Amino acid sequence: MDLHYSDEDLAFRDQVRAFLDSHLPKDLQAKVLKHLRLSKDDFVRWHKILAKQGWVAPGWPVEFGGTGWSPVQRHIFEEECARAGTPRVMPFGIDMVAPVIMAFGNQQQKDHFLPRILSCEDWWCQGYSEPGAGSDLASLKTSAVRGVDADGEHYIVNGQKTWTTLAQHADMIFCLVRTDPSVRKQEGISFLLIDMHAPGVTVRPIIMLDEDHEVNEVFFDNVRVPAANLVGQENRGWTYAKYLLGHERTGIAAVGRSKRELAFLKRLARREQNNGRPLLEDPLFAAKVADLEIELMALETTVLRVLAQAREGAKAAPGPEASVLKVRGTDIQQALTELMLEAAGPLALAFDAAYLEGEQEHGIGGDDDAAPLASYYFNYRKTSIYGGSNEIQRNIISQMILGL
Amino acid sequence: MNVDFNPEQVQFADALKRWIARDYSFEQRRAMLRSEAGSASQAWATLAELGMTALPVPEAQGGFDGGAVDLFVVMRELGRGLVLEPYFATVLGAQFLKLGGGHAALLERVAAGDLKLACALGERQARHALHDIALRAEQAGEGWRLSGEKVAVVYGQDAGVLIVSARSAGGQRDEAGISLFALPHDAPGVQVTGYRSLDGQRAATLRLDGVALPASALIGAAGAGWDILDAAADYGAGLLCAEALGAMEALFEATLDYLKTRQQFGVPIGKFQALQHRMADMFIHLEQARSMAMLAAVKLDGADAAERRRVVSAAKYRVGQAARFIGQGAVQLHGGMGVTDELAAAHYFKRLSMIELTLGDRDHHLARFMAQPGFQQAA
Ligand SMILES: Cc1cc2nc3c(=O)[nH]c(=O)nc-3n(C[C@H](O)[C@H](O)[C@H](O)COP(=O)(O)OP(=O)(O)OC[C@H]3O[C@@H](n4cnc5c(N)ncnc54)[C@H](O)[C@@H]3O)c2cc1C
Repeated sequence: MDLHYSDEDLAFRDQVRAFLDSHLPKDLQAKVLKHLRLSKDDFVRWHKILAKQGWVAPGWPVEFGGTGWSPVQRHIFEEECARAGTPRVMPFGIDMVAPVIMAFGNQQQKDHFLPRILSCEDWWCQGYSEPGAGSDLASLKTSAVRGVDADGEHYIVNGQKTWTTLAQHADMIFCLVRTDPSVRKQEGISFLLIDMHAPGVTVRPIIMLDEDHEVNEVFFDNVRVPAANLVGQENRGWTYAKYLLGHERTGIAAVGRSKRELAFLKRLARREQNNGRPLLEDPLFAAKVADLEIELMALETTVLRVLAQAREGAKAAPGPEASVLKVRGTDIQQALTELMLEAAGPLALAFDAAYLEGEQEHGIGGDDDAAPLASYYFNYRKTSIYGGSNEIQRNIISQMILGL
Repeated sequence: MNVDFNPEQVQFADALKRWIARDYSFEQRRAMLRSEAGSASQAWATLAELGMTALPVPEAQGGFDGGAVDLFVVMRELGRGLVLEPYFATVLGAQFLKLGGGHAALLERVAAGDLKLACALGERQARHALHDIALRAEQAGEGWRLSGEKVAVVYGQDAGVLIVSARSAGGQRDEAGISLFALPHDAPGVQVTGYRSLDGQRAATLRLDGVALPASALIGAAGAGWDILDAAADYGAGLLCAEALGAMEALFEATLDYLKTRQQFGVPIGKFQALQHRMADMFIHLEQARSMAMLAAVKLDGADAAERRRVVSAAKYRVGQAARFIGQGAVQLHGGMGVTDELAAAHYFKRLSMIELTLGDRDHHLARFMAQPGFQQAA
């Protein structure tokens, strides 16, 4: 098992660094590094820069516009992007719906949707969760009834999705819908692609605890969806959704971003004073930072081990191992935001929405670095909840790995 | 595991409970939070009518001369109700005036509900060390001239009078040479920049540019402010523990309720052992925090300074631990609902987080606890 990068890997890393140096717009980078809120334009701008380079979908097969990179190269790319402070590429199109379309969609769907995902012509969102179906996703109720009218075969969709990330920007939503209520709950679900601009679709904002508009409720009131937008077979949607969840997810650990944030934390703690000395020299605080740094080292090594396994072909894709990475990764991310909040101390009290939106130069509380940190801390409580809560991840570890 | 409160204390608590239920529902509070002022003048008038503003003030100045345990009872209810009024800031300010002696007229106005106070103690470089003071006070004839900056002045914009700690002699981190002043908000040269924090409170940065104050503005003796400052800050930290306790109690109850009602996989989520254990741990934290908040309140009335410091720091640390465990746990157990602004749980969590950062965080108080005489000796 090789835990080190090869010479080719290192050369690849230099290539990525050079690209980021010359192509990442400074204003975007500054927003990311300062923990400010990004607009739709910010995300789209970066997506298009990567698309032009042919690097926006590293995981896709080359035939569809992917890169052909090895898992290790993809990891290096993700890490370098995080280190440089790029906006993230929204996963809903590239990493979520596209693999399902590639694996189970028909030729027409591939021809139509995949290029539009690459070019960011369509902004996608994910319509899985419902008010009554969170961790217990299979109990979802949104119904899709098949019928025929003058314009052909279609589904009539009724119901409600919730927690839909950035649906306010979306052109398309991929949904799990119930097409057969009479069978076992996992067996009557289908995977449907719905135009967000279709009549009967309504988006209502949900405001998060940091007062950001990040998630939404999406209502379907007799929405007509062409039958051509069904992916794969009717009532097989659960299988496709699970395929997606089991897909490669070492990125979930977010090691690159955490390394960047650790560096930020140390800078902050070196600058902040505690009894006339840098806070980072305070033994109590320093011990917490050190503990976190060691946790992060362990996580990074774990990620590299998973990647090495993939490289050796022992196992194509990490399944339940992804749960280890999610739990640890989010624990570390949350701990970082906690320590940043502590490092900022009373200066973190200030809340300045205009500054966070990038509309204003300086934080009112006085310290630009500190101004967004309370928001960041509060916002990041989400990471242990979404994408399968950490409790659910532990259930997966104990059942799938430990056989308990 | 309950300490008995006397009938007056129970009455105070009941009156507050009724008022909060009637006038301070979560929805009413959200409207206030979004308003320009961030609180409601009617609410302050009601607090005065209920006797809350008179509670901390000595009888000679028209108050009830309430002790720390009385204030504990009040702060806990305000914590439960997530009340946004600048009550804590005012009570803390009054404590400075009481400890300093004099300033009877100001205290009378506080008791009557006519005057709100705020305490400008923190500086950018100081973090939680209140003796780290760069703001200068220079003698000018009979009076004083103040110049410098204070940050994170909670409710600094609302206050008619601000209690300001200043350096009149000595080095920046000396305990000797600190002087305290009662600064009128409208004195020439005072610049207050207000802002809000994510927990809905208001705070301000205070800039003083050669502000002239008469000799009568001094609180206590010149250069000898540290003992007052240290004691008042302990009093404040102790009361924040009470507020945090109230918030934790309410948050705990809301979460317990949620575990019993939210259904997933065909059962209430409280049936999952992972959540049961987490909730049981939250309960254990709550009990420990309750004990320490009570102990602090009791020791604030009467204990000598060394014992007071030891217990208050222990309490603020331990309550901070509990606040974090319970706050984060409550959000987690609420799932997606827990991270929305629509849910009270999120607001309790935010308030608890900000209380942790006020008047000393966990590290600060842990270090202070270890620095007390006696810690190094075997029992
Ligand atoms: C910011 C954010 C963005 C999101 N984005 C999207 C999106 O774009 N698209 C989408 O479809 N969904 C999205 N979600 C939804 C997310 O996937 C759900 O919130 C998540 O699955 C949890 O469901 P829930 O909120 O209903 O909580 P619940 O399922 O009600 O869980 C409540 C608590 O019970 C625990 N619990 C539940 N079942 C068990 C069990 N069996 N054992 C132990 N503990 C259990 C949970 O861990 C949690 O602590 C998002 C959520 C958030 C917060």
